[in-house]
Amino acid sequence: MKIQGYGGNGWFITKMEQLINWGRSRSPWPLPYGTACCGIELMATMASGYDIARFGAERPSFSPRQADVLLEAGTITKKMTPVLKRIYDQMAEPKWVIAMGACACTGGVFRTYSTHQGIDSIIPVDIYIPGCPPRPEALLDGLVKLIHKIEKEHPLRKQAQALLQES
Amino acid sequence: MNLERRVRICLESNALSVEETAGDITVTVPAGRLVDSLMALKEHPDLKFDFLSDVIGIDNLDLFRKKKGKGKAAEEEPPEKKVKAPPPPRFEIVYLLLSLESSERLRVKIQVPENDMTVDSVTSIWRAASWPEREIYDLFGINFLGHPDLKRLLMWDGFKGHPLRKDYPLEGKGETRRLVYEQEKIR
Repeated sequence: MKIQGYGGNGWFITKMEQLINWGRSRSPWPLPYGTACCGIELMATMASGYDIARFGAERPSFSPRQADVLLEAGTITKKMTPVLKRIYDQMAEPKWVIAMGACACTGGVFRTYSTHQGIDSIIPVDIYIPGCPPRPEALLDGLVKLIHKIEKEHPLRKQAQALLQES
Repeated sequence: MNLERRVRICLESNALSVEETAGDITVTVPAGRLVDSLMALKEHPDLKFDFLSDVIGIDNLDLFRKKKGKGKAAEEEPPEKKVKAPPPPRFEIVYLLLSLESSERLRVKIQVPENDMTVDSVTSIWRAASWPEREIYDLFGINFLGHPDLKRLLMWDGFKGHPLRKDYPLEGKGETRRLVYEQEKIR
């Protein structure tokens, strides 16, 4: 007898996805990759005044292997690009990237020979936060937007499709 | 005795010119006598410039071109002045010295023409000159003879060009650092 809940986006799959997303979105552990003045705002956001821990990101992960969110805060020079790529590659799935500040998004005021014009040409970026540097509120807003984005993801879509084909 | 007199006595004929700007003294020495001059300034009992603050490179491209008669300014200059002043060499290197004993400061300048871009390294006198000289080598392309480890300091290895030269475009020439990992290198 076929159980209705197993097939496709049935009850079990969707509930399991909700559970996974609940866990992922409530604990987006950041890897603080502060390379410029945005790093100072990042520190302020992590301190008690703004308290990023309210959104589950209380554990800054200084190893890419235990991090979920790459918080790229600051200018990326062309010399630095292989390092950033490598750190992104070392992070385990699932992983997200927040580009904090004008430099990380577009290169900012540094339209020069030494500065990489936006990190999205090296690694995929989920959230862009404008500002030079952005205020802690802006960073928290970006984190909340990322949390909403994580909640809408379908981590079991592949498995669901496989089940759909079987049934 | 004021500093200018003492510097003149110490350097003798090596002091090509001694100028004072805003209370600081700039002395120009011939590039070939650089190490001797700096050594003399360091060892002289009346001066004792024992601390090297910084080494700076200058690119005088605009002046260089104007004096050569390519720009508008050369036409505006009176003819007698035009004959007198030879075109200044394109590059200059400035050594900022400090005497820890008397707290006096001195600028020592050498001129580096474009056709002879090699200067003696002063790392034998001050180890501190190592990184500033590497920086100048990196960004201006001036070679330092006798430097223990002359390689690029700020730009990556394999970078072509010298970005602080005035004829280098500000936004670069589209250089990117290639993503090379160790595994790729082994293959």
